[in-house]
Amino acid sequence: MPTHRIEVALRPEFKDPAGEALRAQVREDLNLEIGAVRVIDVFTLHAALTAEELERIRMDLFTDPIIEHSAVNASLAENFSCLIEVGYLPGVTDNAGRSAQEGIEDSLGRKLAQGEAVYKSTLYVFQDTDAETAKTIASNLLANELIEQYAIRTPEEMKALAGKSLLALPRVVEYAVPEVESIDLNLSDDALQQLSRDRMFALELGEMQVIRDYYNRADVQAHRRSIGLPDKPTDIEMEILAQTWSEHCKHKIFNAVIHYDEGNGKVRVIDSVFKSYIKKLTDEVGKRVPWLVSVFDDNAGIIQFDENHLFALKAETHNSPSALDPYGGAMTGIVGVNRDVLGAGLGFQCIFNTDVLCVASPFHDEEIPPRLLHPRRILRGAHAGARDGGNQSGVPNVNGALVFHERFLGKPLVFCGTGGLSPAYIQGRPAHKKAARPGDAIVMTGGRIGKDGIHGATFSSEALHEGSPATAVQIGDPITQKKMSDFLMEARDAGLYNCITDNGAGGLSSSVGEMAEKPGGAVIHLDKAPLKYAGLAPWEIFVSEAQERMTLAVPQETLGRFLDLAERRGVEATVLGAFNDSGYLECFYKGEQVASLDMDFLHHGLPRMELEACLAPSPDPVEVTAGEGKSDLTDDLLSLLGSLNICSKENFVRMFDHEVLGQSVLKQFQGVQHDGPGDAGVIRPLPDSYRGIAVSCGISPKYADLDAWSMTACAVDEAVRNLVAVGAAMGTIAGLDNFCWPDPVQSDSTPDGKHKLAQLIRSCEALYEICLTYDIPLISGKDSMKNDYRIGDTKISIPPTLLFTAAAIIEDTRRVVSVDVKQAGDRVYVLGDTLNEMGGSEYFTLQQISGGKAPTVDPKKARTLYEALNRAIQGGLVASCHDCSDGGLAVALAESAFAGNLGMDLSLEALGVEDGVTALFSESQSRFVVTVSPDHAEAFEAVLAGSPCYCVGVVTEEPLFQINCPDGRKISASLDVLRSAWKKTLNW
Amino acid sequence: MTVKTLVLTGFGINCDQETHQAFACAGSDVTRVHLSDLLETPALLDGAHIFVVPGGFSYGDHVSSGKILANRLRHQLEVPLRQFVEKGKLILGICNGFQVLAKMGILPFFDGTVSQEVTLTTNESGRFENRWVHLAVPENTPCIWLKGITKFELPVRQGEGKLIVRNDAVRDRLHKEGLVALRYVRPDGAPAAGVFPFNPSGAEDDIAALCDPSGRIFGLMPHPEAFLDGMNHPEWTRLGLAEEGEGLALFRNAVEFARTSLC
Repeated sequence: MPTHRIEVALRPEFKDPAGEALRAQVREDLNLEIGAVRVIDVFTLHAALTAEELERIRMDLFTDPIIEHSAVNASLAENFSCLIEVGYLPGVTDNAGRSAQEGIEDSLGRKLAQGEAVYKSTLYVFQDTDAETAKTIASNLLANELIEQYAIRTPEEMKALAGKSLLALPRVVEYAVPEVESIDLNLSDDALQQLSRDRMFALELGEMQVIRDYYNRADVQAHRRSIGLPDKPTDIEMEILAQTWSEHCKHKIFNAVIHYDEGNGKVRVIDSVFKSYIKKLTDEVGKRVPWLVSVFDDNAGIIQFDENHLFALKAETHNSPSALDPYGGAMTGIVGVNRDVLGAGLGFQCIFNTDVLCVASPFHDEEIPPRLLHPRRILRGAHAGARDGGNQSGVPNVNGALVFHERFLGKPLVFCGTGGLSPAYIQGRPAHKKAARPGDAIVMTGGRIGKDGIHGATFSSEALHEGSPATAVQIGDPITQKKMSDFLMEARDAGLYNCITDNGAGGLSSSVGEMAEKPGGAVIHLDKAPLKYAGLAPWEIFVSEAQERMTLAVPQETLGRFLDLAERRGVEATVLGAFNDSGYLECFYKGEQVASLDMDFLHHGLPRMELEACLAPSPDPVEVTAGEGKSDLTDDLLSLLGSLNICSKENFVRMFDHEVLGQSVLKQFQGVQHDGPGDAGVIRPLPDSYRGIAVSCGISPKYADLDAWSMTACAVDEAVRNLVAVGAAMGTIAGLDNFCWPDPVQSDSTPDGKHKLAQLIRSCEALYEICLTYDIPLISGKDSMKNDYRIGDTKISIPPTLLFTAAAIIEDTRRVVSVDVKQAGDRVYVLGDTLNEMGGSEYFTLQQISGGKAPTVDPKKARTLYEALNRAIQGGLVASCHDCSDGGLAVALAESAFAGNLGMDLSLEALGVEDGVTALFSESQSRFVVTVSPDHAEAFEAVLAGSPCYCVGVVTEEPLFQINCPDGRKISASLDVLRSAWKKTLNW
Repeated sequence: MTVKTLVLTGFGINCDQETHQAFACAGSDVTRVHLSDLLETPALLDGAHIFVVPGGFSYGDHVSSGKILANRLRHQLEVPLRQFVEKGKLILGICNGFQVLAKMGILPFFDGTVSQEVTLTTNESGRFENRWVHLAVPENTPCIWLKGITKFELPVRQGEGKLIVRNDAVRDRLHKEGLVALRYVRPDGAPAAGVFPFNPSGAEDDIAALCDPSGRIFGLMPHPEAFLDGMNHPEWTRLGLAEEGEGLALFRNAVEFARTSLC
């Protein structure tokens, strides 16, 4: 088959923004000044095309007549010192190549033949950069060698190529399908463990033994012989068990029996932290709030939005894939959680996304351990992946965070959340209820299956190590998914299916395995599954986590209509088998049975873990006071405003589409210049109703080392404060808990496992206590428990981290409040008490002071305040409201002021805090900065009576921000100085 | 008779829902039609007065923004669309839809000729951005969609919004005939003069929208369907809640025009 190459570039007279952007990135990230860079798009056509056809494609499709030029089988690069071409490795999703193929077929008026394909690559042409520098640029910025190949060439070398490709054709070489093996488990304990490691099962010895014993049972062997299967498990059966029983899918640690020594010698037994705290909490709160619809047992939590609509919410992590390939990892994170919502109930339309990234400092200047990427690269890549995934799917990002901590060097955290809306009834059926029935066809829709994403579930159930598989990395294809979700919404409304779920971790094995639980069995023919390329073993087909796929149970009566609609919508849909009530999950390949697993053993055979937890004595809470020192703290405030966890993230956020669907009510950035940091996103999803949804997040890993209880309580309180600040009422808030922990299982490589598990219990206790008092049910959640890096002698464990995502139904969006101060003369109030809780604070971090007391939360007192504040907001008494968090009061006040482009004249005497540093920078929880018009001040104070409410000054016309503390400490700065300090750090 | 609007969907278009809502609010009957269905049955255009290509990422913006969809429409629907225009009907392209209309050559539609005279390409900043902009309507524009509107604010959400014209002859003609329908300006109404962020993309001559000489075919980069509601405005909590968003007038103009001239 001939291979042709079409190069397309901007004509030389036009500026090349992509080249300029790369040059800027080289300057910022690599500290190198380089000359001009031009970018050339390359399309490699592996197809039989005539010269006339090539010319037609070049002009009709590839070349913009206004600004571009192009060449067939010749290079456009000229006057260069060297160039780099970057393309994908074989088998990696190539979205641009696939779209180009559709475009070519349109231009030619015919389909390309089987085996013909188009591949996209990019050529970077450097004017005066040497080959060595080019290599640095290629390996550090342009190519990720897990998924991409690159080549560097000099002009002489290019001449020798004479228009031929620089890169190997990324075509998957088809090879014979491996035979199904059977695996001997009658081995020594050591050999069983070795087997589990070698084959990436990630199963513990006890679990391997339970599987061995199952296969040694006489009844099991009799059954197997009767259907012609060997006594020993087949490779596909082992893979199914390994992924179904993985930590990722089964949450073994959250369900374990834990013997907990609280440090006082007494040991108590906790029978599953999930049941004892999370589920118990939701059961209790569920008795008091009337709007829970479906919790814990679907792909997302579902609550009532209004009488006729349901709201679904889910957040996921995609940490391990993002560590290896930040772009693909984050993109598959966001499109993956979109599928969770698309697969909740009978299918929800995604209406917003949230993105939270946790990384080490992008300015990290020490050596990076092997296999880890620089935090700057992770930040850029993960942000771009989440951005492209969300934007191209047409789902607005409405809330999120960038969080920095040195130990996220070991594993970045990538949290992706999605909210969805559905009518409460679909063709008279409750939209949250679904079940496959015996006889229903098993239909897979969307993308095809490849080797991508194999072992994702088991891979994310262990630390990042040298053998971490590159196949776990994959790139998303939002357009294929968008086509599929458009189609599924149509099929849903036409009532064409009984059940739907997504193919995420564990692929078909997980989706079919779970859906088969209700009917009680399934038969699946793996050779019918559409593949990206031949050569996949049956087990690979079944556990591949290739993206953009949903599995449905389609009744035979509507199957024809379902498949027909799919075809019309350009969506691949394939019948793979049928659900039944046989009690077995059975897989066939080319007519031969390759797996038969007892449904009961598969889903309930996993032995429960027994774990030990013991809280290490906490270092005595050192009494640290900021003490003596200078009286002018203006510079300290400016440094804080510029610190990573506080500074503006506007450049990152603006790259997300945050208004598609047209439902936006409160945006991420607010105020006169649209640059003040909002507290919660608010949308109004139905055009004929003022009812809305507010969504926010809270996350405080910086307190974790001092006290996991505080870390958790502060995360929950922050999320709730953010909602209350915009006008949400207590009793309307639902929560999602996403735990990301370092491995908490005691072992040789984790000698402090007992303590980390005790921290998990402390965290769950806080979650339970705070949410119970706030009446917040946890409607869904997820845990990721192996966030460690371990290669050689280097071990980096992340700080225990809870992301708390909170959403509230807002009855009347016309009442919501933004953060920006509105009018000179308005009074400035601080709500909530300020205590000496400087431990873990941004101020202490800045001053390099460790120790101190982390903030705590008094939920009863806080709830009273939140209810009073809500009455004031509903009464129209509040002009602006801003939550007080990282950096403390001074930061919150400054942000409110510059957002409104107005000054403040403040005196903190009323707070009753003697030490000015504490008053300004302590991060005590449950506080707000509120401004109130003088006309409303009396009424406001009356509503707040009984809660801590202190008037500290006024909003001024003069653009000057001044604070005086009782001990003589003070701050004075112009709004411009404050704003620019806040904006400059991440102004990339 | 009721004005009927056909809103295109499918293959990565993603603003069809709110675009549907915009025309419904303006009093039109709206049908969302999937590209596959329209290509199969071009006669669907016969029953409509207004045809809309909404925003989104058709075909992932691969090759270049809007290009693959533009080619599909040009190869398979050029004749029906030309007839549609000849009957005095209306066409709108928003954001990605504008890129499609420009690249298929139905805007500016000089002398009734389908030919690409402008392009939309990567923003000067090199990045996709979502931000609100100020827009002014040049006095000489025949654009029926903007009748009675002199200025408004809308969000842009674009990575490839930088408009470049073929040459000075085209540029002169666009300006002289009023085919530049919207220009980016500063908040005080002074020309953006290419300065970021007032001109968010670096578009030549601050051009944010084009229409054809009849004023009925209209394409714009900003999103009027994202400002149907007063609450969509980023400053509504300080400026007060307007009864409706400023984007709605544009859709009302079109429906009103269709009602009086086509029904």
